[in-house]
Amino acid sequence: MDLTTILQILDSTLRLATPLLFAALAGLFSERSGIIDIGLEGKMLAAAFFSASVAAFTGSVWMGLAGGIAASVVLSLIHGLASITFQGNQLISGVAINFLASGTTVVIGEAWFGLGGRTPQLEGSGRFQEMTLPFAETLSAVPIVGPFYATVLSGHSVLVYVGLVTVALTWWVLFRTRFGLRLRAVGENPESVDTAGVSVAKMRFAAVMIAGVLCGIAGAYLATGLAAGFVKEMSAGRGFIALAALIFAKWRPVPVLFACLLFGLLEAIGNRFQNIDLLGVNVPTQFMQALPYILTVVILAGFVGKAIPPRAGGQPYVKER
Amino acid sequence: MNKTPKWVDIALIPAINLVLALIVSGLVVLYIGENPLEAMAIMVNGAVGSSYGWGYTLYYATNFIFTGLAVAVAFQAKLFNIGGEGQAAIGGLGVALVCIALPWPHWLIALPVAVIGSALFGAAWAAIPAYLQAKRGSHIVITTIMFNFIASALLVYLLVNVLKEPGSMAPETGRFPEGARLPSAHDMAGWVGLSFSRSAPLNISFFLAIAACVAVWALIWRTRLGYEIRALGHSEPAAVYAGISPVKTVMWAMLISGGLAGMMGVNAVMGEAERLVIDSVQGAGFVGIAVALMGRSHPAGVFLAGLLFGMLYQGGGELEFEKPAISREMILVIQALVILFTGALDNMVRNPVETFFNARARRKPKPQPTTAAE
Repeated sequence: MDLTTILQILDSTLRLATPLLFAALAGLFSERSGIIDIGLEGKMLAAAFFSASVAAFTGSVWMGLAGGIAASVVLSLIHGLASITFQGNQLISGVAINFLASGTTVVIGEAWFGLGGRTPQLEGSGRFQEMTLPFAETLSAVPIVGPFYATVLSGHSVLVYVGLVTVALTWWVLFRTRFGLRLRAVGENPESVDTAGVSVAKMRFAAVMIAGVLCGIAGAYLATGLAAGFVKEMSAGRGFIALAALIFAKWRPVPVLFACLLFGLLEAIGNRFQNIDLLGVNVPTQFMQALPYILTVVILAGFVGKAIPPRAGGQPYVKER
Repeated sequence: MNKTPKWVDIALIPAINLVLALIVSGLVVLYIGENPLEAMAIMVNGAVGSSYGWGYTLYYATNFIFTGLAVAVAFQAKLFNIGGEGQAAIGGLGVALVCIALPWPHWLIALPVAVIGSALFGAAWAAIPAYLQAKRGSHIVITTIMFNFIASALLVYLLVNVLKEPGSMAPETGRFPEGARLPSAHDMAGWVGLSFSRSAPLNISFFLAIAACVAVWALIWRTRLGYEIRALGHSEPAAVYAGISPVKTVMWAMLISGGLAGMMGVNAVMGEAERLVIDSVQGAGFVGIAVALMGRSHPAGVFLAGLLFGMLYQGGGELEFEKPAISREMILVIQALVILFTGALDNMVRNPVETFFNARARRKPKPQPTTAAE
């Protein structure tokens, strides 16, 4: 493997990690507030479809992004309604949202475009364009750092950089603001927050809405950044990989970034090589595909540092009987 | 105090939930410019209007009863087994291995072994998440989701690299030997001198599903283990206080759940495809969640909800055939709405209904006061 190949793999790692990153940060906000979200997949899929559709109708990728976020937020509202207002089962609500997204994207897509569940191919301003970071050309002559900067870091769509900034922002919001403290508190001990006079339901709704926005960006990036349009089931389990990354990172923002990069790297390697020879043992691609899930189970099992979820996760908060 | 009559809980509330789900689905159909009532008529007619339709409806129902029972048994212990999809896929692998291992002389001999194979493989796939939940407290929902993906990768690997028929391009096993083919509904109808559609995939596994319903009922309400499962589901501290081991009970509940999901393979792999293909489950594991929720985790309810979803799947297929504007994925929309209304938004209907019945019960004069204090 030469340097060019390695750089190319790292380049696509960053690309592939971005939708995971947005979705995992979405899950982070939601789960830190005590609302388990297994509907990340569905929200991403719905956002991918609506962003591609709106971009196809208007020719503007930014309008598409807004459409995707709107779709994802609507699903978040349903999740909030079911799990906060009506104190229903959050897992079941998540399952329903995933099906709702797989069904409606195809049913409505077929009615709007008649292309068997696809949206029309997006071109020009309908997609996020790659942007070259400043000095990429000049610096590329510098050994190692230059090509790394020019190939790996530069040349992505703006959402990739937004994703990296969002990690820092998430950390700041969660650990350095009053809102973040309260948000973490409703996920650990909602009674205490309630006693302090803060509405548990409002805090949780806020967290779920933020999750909706972030999932919307994740889906929009899938359809208008990574690909050039929506295809049926295009999220392809990424919402669950994001969930895996979230657990792998033990619900902390910066480790989430590294977990997503790791899972992105696995996908990039799997895309590039059909079979990998590792110390004379042939590793099949299917193993690479399953690796994020296997790693998550190992982490959950607690053999390599225990993953302890937010304490009040999954339980509806009932003020009094 | 809750004075809601039992029929409200087991019939009225699910019915209202179902109607709400159908109304919203109807709005979706209306939005894409079709007539929902006409669509409904096509679906019902397609599902139960001919022996061909019934043959498919009951075939799907067989799958959904197995996966629904799987989810229901776990629900009784308050465990959410979302891994039916993976357990059924691995169960199908068990069936396929049994069928291609020996030159079976007759299906009567092959069937029991295949049932055992499917149940063992399905249970084995549930065993690791169950152990991690019971012993190490890892959340079973997350681990079973992960195991669904691992199962699918494993099956692709096995079918592409190990089990594929030499010389064939398709990633599937060869056709099972003659002695491992289950009698279809057409064959069985012939035994008693009736006629039934030849092309429908309904087969003898349907009776196996009915037997499984009875067995699950007996297990949950007539055995010590079933009592322990229900006790754990109601309250873990109380169960522990009564001397019930949570570890043992969680393990058994999940092994039985995985085994039931795995037995779906007998119907789909041995009864229908007669070979193992990629994705033999086709989402039935997830349908099981909807079926168990609608059926209130009771075998009789699961049976009825399984039939309903069988009709939905077969009718939905016919609907796409008759009305190409409505794609087959409409089934997923209806399924999602059923899960949403019967599962997640249950309290939206339940609270007002219970308030209504409680208020009515209070208004009525009390029955004669009993001599002993209650």
